[in-house]
Amino acid sequence: MPRLPLQWRLRLLGGVTVSAILGFLLLPALVVTLAAFNSRAILSFPPESWSWRWFVKALAYDDFQAGFRNGLIVTGWASSIALVVGAAFALALDRYEFRFKRALEAVLLSPLVVPHFTVGLGFLILAAQLGMARGYGVIVACHVVLVLPFVLRSVYISLRNLDPRLELAAASLGAPPHRVLTTVTLPLLVPGLVSGWLFAAILSFNEFTASLFVTAQRTQTLPVALYNYVREYADPSMAAISVMYIVVTATLLILANVFLGLAKVLNVEHPR
Amino acid sequence: MTSRPFLGAFVAPATLCALAFVAALAAVMQYSLRAYVPGSLEPGGFTLANFAALMKPLYARVFLDTVWICFLTALFTLIIGYPLAYALVHARNVALKSVILVIAVTPLFLGEVVRTYSWIVVLGNNGFLNSMLLKAGLIGAPVQFMFTEFAVVTALVHVTLPVMVIMLAAALSHIDRDYERAAASLGAGPIRVFLTVTLPLSTPGIIAGVTTAFAWTFSAFATPQLIGGGRVNMVSNLVYQLGFASFNFPFAASLSVAGLVLTFAVLALMRAAAAPLEKIGPH
Repeated sequence: MPRLPLQWRLRLLGGVTVSAILGFLLLPALVVTLAAFNSRAILSFPPESWSWRWFVKALAYDDFQAGFRNGLIVTGWASSIALVVGAAFALALDRYEFRFKRALEAVLLSPLVVPHFTVGLGFLILAAQLGMARGYGVIVACHVVLVLPFVLRSVYISLRNLDPRLELAAASLGAPPHRVLTTVTLPLLVPGLVSGWLFAAILSFNEFTASLFVTAQRTQTLPVALYNYVREYADPSMAAISVMYIVVTATLLILANVFLGLAKVLNVEHPR
Repeated sequence: MTSRPFLGAFVAPATLCALAFVAALAAVMQYSLRAYVPGSLEPGGFTLANFAALMKPLYARVFLDTVWICFLTALFTLIIGYPLAYALVHARNVALKSVILVIAVTPLFLGEVVRTYSWIVVLGNNGFLNSMLLKAGLIGAPVQFMFTEFAVVTALVHVTLPVMVIMLAAALSHIDRDYERAAASLGAGPIRVFLTVTLPLSTPGIIAGVTTAFAWTFSAFATPQLIGGGRVNMVSNLVYQLGFASFNFPFAASLSVAGLVLTFAVLALMRAAAAPLEKIGPH
């Protein structure tokens, strides 16, 4: 009998601990939502009156609109390029041995641990030395490098979960390599490709530190515009933008979880 | 290797990206060795003066502070992340699992500015925390949370938690449950099973999580800039300030290089320190 109460107590303790941690994770999102609907320009908790005015103001603000458009341009290019480059390289990593394989992998994964301000500064100096204008090209190149590790990881994981016999079957039935690739391998990889692209897109759209270095006033992306706003003004427009951000991101991730199985994509599931 | 169809096509674009990245890092290194010409964006001749200037107490102090903040953040992220990762992997209810996963992962994708701003709203002088404490009568006047190391570390823990949870959960989910069952069937209680089986077997996840948390914290810019408000400075803030306030790009570059060397040195140290631990782990 003495074991049952212990198990029960541990379960309760675990439940309380995990709830507290989830509370810590959610706290800023909940608080910022309260702040966004506060009708006054000065923070007060709980708000005395409620309104949508900060959402209207935020959506009408020129810098946010321009930042959103610039962000879409950069993200569209960067995530798509990263997807193609990353998927192709993940295939090569999984299937083949080739020269400099490990070195190339290490270099491509290293942006995970190299500070973003170093990467940003590097691309800024590089662009200046090559005489390139501070246009979209540099920003896109910088973002591709930064999000590539995430695409690589997610495509590589789904390649590992792929049954190689399916490809062998297709090949043995006479399909040439390019047909095996387009009719068997790629369709089976769709969840990994979609999630890799989605991660890359969200991360690129939100990338801030490196973007701060490589963007100019004309090309600034949304996070840079937000940063400049927070430094200048204190009204809740920023809270309204944050709420929209949180809602859109959480929705995308919930959809990814329902349709792609986030646990499998992130490799945090028991292989059964 | 018999046949390697499309090898060139698969590897060439990635090689190009790797070269661009290496070229960018090489550009930083090259600039770090150039002289600063005040009033000019063009650097001067080659010199070691930038690295000599790094030894000044002012800059050495920022490096020490940065490493300390990174260390605290990695430590607290591990302590808070472990129970969450454990719950994520061991939850039997699918809905509960999804809820934990989405809540744990969403902050990763929100971007530093939004998360930092949210923490300002929580920790500011007329922010949420102070309002609640005042209303509860626990404090008489607002407590200054902003511009303190406590506030910076709190926000940074929030930023790095998702990565930590993903890495720990990946390690925990790949532990063969039979080991835990075997220990339990031999009479070990749940606490003993955890301490002698699960925890040691999850060492690779802990190492990966702590090193990544450390590196990510080192990379943080908006959080120390906005929440530290100039009173808590990290290397990233100094690099930006030197680059964009005084246009001293050579010195900014040398700080970046020193930061990079420091990051890799600390990561290598952590791996070396953890190597004996890993031996107890998975065979």
